[in-house]
Amino acid sequence: MESFALLFDGFSLATQPANLIYAAIGVIIGTAVGVLPGIGPALTVALLLPVTFKLDPGGSIIMFAGIYYGGMYGGSTTAILLNTPGESASVVTALEGNRMARSGRGGPALATAAIGSFVAALVATIALAFLAPLLVKIAVKFAPWDYFGLMLIAFVTVSATFGSSPLRGLTSLAFGLWLGLMGIDQLTGQARLTFGVPELLDGIEVTTLAVGLFAIGEALVVASRHLYKPEKPIPVNGSIWMSMEDWARSWKPWLRGTAIGFPIGALPAGGAEIPTFLSYNIERKLSRKSEEFGSGAIEGVAGPEAANNASAAGTLVPLLTLGLPTSATAAVMLAGFQQYNIQPGPLLFAQHADLVWGLVASLFIANVMLLVLNLPLIGLWVRLLAIPLPWLYAGILVFASMGTIAANPSVVELLLLTGFGVVGFLMRRYDYPIAPAVVGLILGPLADNALRRSLQMSLGDPMVFLQHPSSAIMVGIALSALVAPFIFKGLSRFQQDED
Amino acid sequence: MSGKTLHTPNRPAAVVAVILFAIAFITYWDASAMTVRASYGMGANATSYFVAVLFVALGVGHLVSAFKPSDLETEASDWKAIGWIGLALASLIGSIWLGGGFILGSTLLFAFTARAFGRRALLADICLGAVLAVLIFLLFNKLLTLALPQGPLERLF
Repeated sequence: MESFALLFDGFSLATQPANLIYAAIGVIIGTAVGVLPGIGPALTVALLLPVTFKLDPGGSIIMFAGIYYGGMYGGSTTAILLNTPGESASVVTALEGNRMARSGRGGPALATAAIGSFVAALVATIALAFLAPLLVKIAVKFAPWDYFGLMLIAFVTVSATFGSSPLRGLTSLAFGLWLGLMGIDQLTGQARLTFGVPELLDGIEVTTLAVGLFAIGEALVVASRHLYKPEKPIPVNGSIWMSMEDWARSWKPWLRGTAIGFPIGALPAGGAEIPTFLSYNIERKLSRKSEEFGSGAIEGVAGPEAANNASAAGTLVPLLTLGLPTSATAAVMLAGFQQYNIQPGPLLFAQHADLVWGLVASLFIANVMLLVLNLPLIGLWVRLLAIPLPWLYAGILVFASMGTIAANPSVVELLLLTGFGVVGFLMRRYDYPIAPAVVGLILGPLADNALRRSLQMSLGDPMVFLQHPSSAIMVGIALSALVAPFIFKGLSRFQQDED
Repeated sequence: MSGKTLHTPNRPAAVVAVILFAIAFITYWDASAMTVRASYGMGANATSYFVAVLFVALGVGHLVSAFKPSDLETEASDWKAIGWIGLALASLIGSIWLGGGFILGSTLLFAFTARAFGRRALLADICLGAVLAVLIFLLFNKLLTLALPQGPLERLF
């Protein structure tokens, strides 16, 4: 297997002493920020991107992988000990995990979440290593019209199928697309929507939009609704180790959660909410002690946590092979890759095979680090949870604005950040989803390119998207996903919240 | 938009519709002023027109929903707290604009944001914010060599 030889090379890069230190730092700061209440993985990655700017590309990516997995793990710690899940994917973990912590079993709950995440990420990363090269073989045959069809699917699934109403989701997407127009057009050099402001010629930074919408918008919402009543984290008493019974009850949910999470995460409409809820329901049905569900069943933590992590690795499949982000976290990660001058997509595997496999290897390493560092450091994470919210949000705003001016030292960038913060606040207030705007900004220019390239090749004939069976099928899927929610109004839909 | 002339069951949707139409118009106006033409195929303005049409469609959608009862309860907001955060961000922007530097701006940002979240000890928060800002400045400017905006305080280091 060629991919194994490449993966081996990746490991030899990732296990160099300096890179191991980067991985450890990434995992620790990723967990530290991810553990803070109200901060999900997307925001964790966006806030910590500037930390990795000035390292060498290999080191940056390795630290980045650590931050990503650390942020995910931090979210589950918050859910278990504080019952305020930082992101929607941890909502299910909070159901049983918080009950376990209340009845003095916080240690085993954290342990099964950590080990389950480890097992899931391990299996899912192996699956990623196998699946990605296969998908790349298909993806290199993609013509511009196929890409355009694929992006239509991503647009529709991100905005119309989830959220409270398709109209609001599409409006959020359109806002992102509009921001994506700004700046100099890649094909012709024409400036669009820059209003004579030179700082806008380079376009809108994805991190500025993400940090503004997520961090500043969230801070405004929390402050305006007085949501800052003190909530005490539940102390972790007794042993953090799992008993033999805990192990016996955990290992099957881990594997089932992984099997559910990875494929759903790899789909364009994936996300982590559906697999975590599915896993929770399956474990409740299959458990021999199903009466414990609702009062702290360990299966209800083990399964969903594994599903959550497996689906996170699953979203890396479309992200790395096709350059398609299917969640807010993936969108921010794509922005990160672009900072390091890496453009995910089929060409990445051909041109920068060393980087891809270095990343996959560092995901493994980050995973091991997470397991080794997190359980012993649990006392530290609990103390972080006790930071008073005024200081916490003040610190978040300082760090958010620091990252923005560090990347692009100009007042215009800060004004944009503030403006996006206000928009984020209004979107939350009137129940517009936020992820579609971020995805729209990233994919908009790519879709624009694909659309115009196809029309150049067809000499302006728009039928080109329907003449090729592959793109016709994808356009058809996108259209039916767009129309379906309007037709089946009564159909109960999944409500997807943002990180 | 005065409440006397417009009586719709769902006012936010009507306001959003107006904003969407305005963005559509700006985009259309911007596209019509573009001078660079593609040698063949579609020019850069074609996508702008497409996005403008999308905004018009969404605006019409919002206009329709503005005449249906709202499905959403908006919660009361504490505008004073929002004002404090606005002041916090404005202090940072002002400090950097006027050459006050990162540390001064971040200190004020920290203290005023903490005030927005209900803290009453402004002096203590200013001290804490200053310590945090100096630490971040030293870490990022010296250790990671990122260029944070400099003012009189930063030049002391």
